[in-house]
Amino acid sequence: MTRATGRKSLVLHLGVVALLFLLQFVLPEYHHLTVTRIMILAVFALGYNVLFGYTGLLSLGHAMFFACGLYAAGLTVYHLGWDVLPAFLFAVAVAGAAAAAVGMIALRTTGVAFMIVTLMFSQVVYLATLYFSRYTRGDEGLVLPARARSFELVGIHVNLADPVTRYYIALGLLAAGILVVHRLVRSGTGREWIAVRENESRTRMLGYNTFSIKLKALTVSGALSGAAGAAYALLFAYVGSTFASIQYSIDALLFTLLGGAGTVLGPVLGSFIMFYLIDIFSEYTTAYLLATGVVLILLILYFSVGILGTLRRKWLHWLP
Amino acid sequence: MSRTTNRQTDLKKRSTLKKFAAAAGVAVSAQINPAMIGYVQGSDRPIRVGMQLHRTGIGASYGRWYERAAVAAVDLINREGGINGRPVELVIEDDGTDPKRGAEVIEKFATQHQTDVAYGTLFSHVVIGSSPRAGELKLPYYVVSEGYHVASGSLNRYVFQPGITDVRSQVSSMAPWVASNLGKKITMIFPDYAFGHDHRDYFSSAIAAQGGEVLELIPIPPTESSFTRYFPKIPRETEVLYHVLVGPGVLTFVKEMGQYFGSGDRPQIFGFIDSLEAVDFSTPQLEFLEGTHFWEGYPRYAQPGQSEHDRFYRDKVGVDQNGASVNDPKDISTYSHMFGCWETLFIIKQAMEMSGYSGPADRPALIEATESLTEFPESRNHPQGRKIFNGRIHQCFGSQHISRVEGGRLDVVHTTSIEDGLYEPEADYTRMAL
Repeated sequence: MTRATGRKSLVLHLGVVALLFLLQFVLPEYHHLTVTRIMILAVFALGYNVLFGYTGLLSLGHAMFFACGLYAAGLTVYHLGWDVLPAFLFAVAVAGAAAAAVGMIALRTTGVAFMIVTLMFSQVVYLATLYFSRYTRGDEGLVLPARARSFELVGIHVNLADPVTRYYIALGLLAAGILVVHRLVRSGTGREWIAVRENESRTRMLGYNTFSIKLKALTVSGALSGAAGAAYALLFAYVGSTFASIQYSIDALLFTLLGGAGTVLGPVLGSFIMFYLIDIFSEYTTAYLLATGVVLILLILYFSVGILGTLRRKWLHWLP
Repeated sequence: MSRTTNRQTDLKKRSTLKKFAAAAGVAVSAQINPAMIGYVQGSDRPIRVGMQLHRTGIGASYGRWYERAAVAAVDLINREGGINGRPVELVIEDDGTDPKRGAEVIEKFATQHQTDVAYGTLFSHVVIGSSPRAGELKLPYYVVSEGYHVASGSLNRYVFQPGITDVRSQVSSMAPWVASNLGKKITMIFPDYAFGHDHRDYFSSAIAAQGGEVLELIPIPPTESSFTRYFPKIPRETEVLYHVLVGPGVLTFVKEMGQYFGSGDRPQIFGFIDSLEAVDFSTPQLEFLEGTHFWEGYPRYAQPGQSEHDRFYRDKVGVDQNGASVNDPKDISTYSHMFGCWETLFIIKQAMEMSGYSGPADRPALIEATESLTEFPESRNHPQGRKIFNGRIHQCFGSQHISRVEGGRLDVVHTTSIEDGLYEPEADYTRMAL
């Protein structure tokens, strides 16, 4: 990528962040709340994309990292009385560490076996949230206490019950996620991930430690997913085992496939489209998942590498 | 192909695209512009009740009947003049029986549909996942869930459960009869998540208070689809097998229990009707249930001496004397739960009329009016029976029924008093700010 295309790419990504910033001033109230949620889910998809889109590893268990963040933040706040910020940072660290630990085992497998192993680990996390229901209240979950709905940051009182504040926090997290991933995929690390995706044997033959490259990708991916989970718990004041279920792993996969795996903004776009497809179709039919499925099939037929993937293939070759 | 034809084709494509874009534009603007939904905010607008419905997901069989009961109640209210002279409009959104979607639906009610209240949720995790948003959006949220979560004080001032008794009260009220009539050595089979744990904890302590004991606790993981390996864990000396399960595996569970016991000796079996809500007792392999007992919140089969209120309620909702749809005898209702939807709507009406509710600005007054309610006498608005309401914990208490399976139907053998299910309140929502 030349310096000029690099600048073009950075401008585009900053432009998307600026657009999301401006959007809040024109959105009706419901969509203001909805976009806040979508931005958090988009961070989850960004994390998933690091592993699937850039490194070529298809995980069916990413809900476990989202849940690690969700529970690490929620339980420390609920049971230990931690403040919001330390709980968030701790949750990101826990999710990253969990991803590294899972990777030490799961990355010894490839292909379908990797999918199955990640799915199994994810089921373990899901069942653990039910098994330790004394602390988690299992499927019912926990409502975070009123004291966790605000915190002080350099003398500023931040009220998490305020929708505008929540929007800014979600936007800040998404912007950070986009810029981190954008930076990473254009760095040597990102090129190593792509090399593994394109031809792992050749990468290994060239002297790279592909296990370590994949482990790094999985750790970054898990930490980003955990950040999304922690933010979801703290912003919306609820943790429950549903968020650890396979449905959420599939959601991240769909967001990424739809928007364009291996493009930074693809998962963000995919998150928006999927959310609104379900939201709109569910008003008209109980078969909204069927309708959503049909739309997805059509999109895959005509945009086989996702929406942004197709745009990159045809016109925007510089898109990272 | 000639140049003209090409041009015509291009024009055709372009006009088709324009039509598509226009249609998409209308569809999108209808989504993002509440003004296009077709009502005008004002005093003559209908009272909008947002129903958070389990149309899909594991709660769908309940959701189908919750909707029928709610639609029938709204129809009746409107025929009789509405609320404060205004018609009532039910705005239904599917929550997929999912807490994340549930919270989103609450936001949609409060901001897009601009409903006056939200209502009708059954599954505990959806209630608990949705309640923080209802509280922060200051949207009164009337649930029909049975869970102890409302009365426990873990939610907030905007959440009420005035139409159905909670699990803690239900199991506490039945323990004395179980101990006196079925046995005191109990084995419990329950779902290994919070709903089951409420049964485990509150029934265990209630039976202990009667001099009984729980010999074995057999939790069933929610992912289980076959149950045969759990039955050998039932101790031989068990006198009563207590079972409660919900979800898609219930019929398999009950059938496999029958296969396990066969025609040989078995303990007394006492189940929660949750294990067989919406299930026909004439389903093959359920014959072994003959002579077993069930808790019922509201008897599915019309009983001798049926009240005029029950007759009225069945007629309006479309339920026959056997608890099935009048249009399809195989479509069995969730009779022990869905009455809560009917009754709750009349409580919302009562509280709105007491507070002179005219719009969202009156929500605090609506909350206080609901909290001031103390009793709902048996009537056609409350066909399940008299209830008392504790405004401090936002929870009602009513009578429960124990029925025996006789000739493939359920006959009530005992009805508890309201006092049997009362417990010391552990919370006081009225101290929370509005």
